[in-house]
Amino acid sequence: MTDLLTKHSFVELGARQRAKALLDVGTYRELIDPFQRVMSPWLSRQGVVPQADDGVVIAKGSIAGLPVVVAAIEGNFQGGSLGEVGGAKIAGALELAGEDNRNGIPTRAVLLLETGGVRLQEANLGLAAIADIHAAIVDLRQYQPVIGVVAGSVGCFGGMSIAAGLCSYLVVTREARLGLNGPQVIEQEAGLEEYDSRDRPFIWSLTGGEQRFNSGLADRYVADDVVQIQQTVSALLQQGAPEQPRSRRADFYLARLAELDTAAQIEPATVSALYQGERP
Amino acid sequence: METLSFEFPAGQPPKGRALVGCVGSGDLEVLLEPGTAGTLTIQVQTSVNGAQQRWQHLFERIFQEQTPPALKIDIHDFGATPGVVRLRLEQGFEEIGHD
Repeated sequence: MTDLLTKHSFVELGARQRAKALLDVGTYRELIDPFQRVMSPWLSRQGVVPQADDGVVIAKGSIAGLPVVVAAIEGNFQGGSLGEVGGAKIAGALELAGEDNRNGIPTRAVLLLETGGVRLQEANLGLAAIADIHAAIVDLRQYQPVIGVVAGSVGCFGGMSIAAGLCSYLVVTREARLGLNGPQVIEQEAGLEEYDSRDRPFIWSLTGGEQRFNSGLADRYVADDVVQIQQTVSALLQQGAPEQPRSRRADFYLARLAELDTAAQIEPATVSALYQGERP
Repeated sequence: METLSFEFPAGQPPKGRALVGCVGSGDLEVLLEPGTAGTLTIQVQTSVNGAQQRWQHLFERIFQEQTPPALKIDIHDFGATPGVVRLRLEQGFEEIGHD
């Protein structure tokens, strides 16, 4: 009970508050802030109300004194979907962080991912922006760690789940979900008998944060607590980049997947046992 | 979707600006910035059509209690109820007062 009273939920914070909560006090400086009104030019003409920051907050500052750029996606606006503007904000921020490093400024990046992936109303423009984000993460991570945080409650799906997979480190909570396709899409393709998107315990057992951590697809499993998440991100930033990013170990994962018997319905324990070998 | 404009008599412009809310289900985003002395302008972009009268009445009721500061307000509404709109506006006024 006392735990409940002293804990401050990270999941309940909006994108801007989350970015502020991670950065050292007084260092938060937002780039392309909402008053500049760089908004999606595509939503209004399709009858969808836009948001002044297009659902993406880019902030510079420091964490434990280290220079950091934070990109936070607002999951409550259009499901955290990425369109032309929001996608370009993240890609641009990461590209500039890469430039910083080539100019001797060791800027690191933290991505707060709450997103269903590409914004369907902006189709190819969103997809192109997400491809730019992928390229920029791969560029930056050779100099500095890029840390992904999936806190929930939207989770991280579509092309942005690939971005999460490219990060140097991935931090998840129990609320988090991570998957290439969302539950409804899989249900539509696989059928209700194999994948019931309304069965929440089942969905979380396969794609939830705890399962992803147990399978070695996430690096830290944390409580939904502002202080714990801030300290975890700070420690990872100070740790520096890993020797080999997870996405460079494709051969390991492909070999493991080749061993899998796909005839039987997959169980969470099967997945974690399959991947567990490499957890240190 | 509809875009609506409103104008009300106001006092002096404040120094700061504020952003409250989010364009999420049942919520709205309000951007408040200093306007021209004596005038409060509001532009509303809303997902709910045909609600001009409701917005007009709601604003009249809020501003008749106290003359508002001279602001330029932009609202992006995603189906907020009048109660939520009022709370967000009051939150915005309070945040501007703190700056």
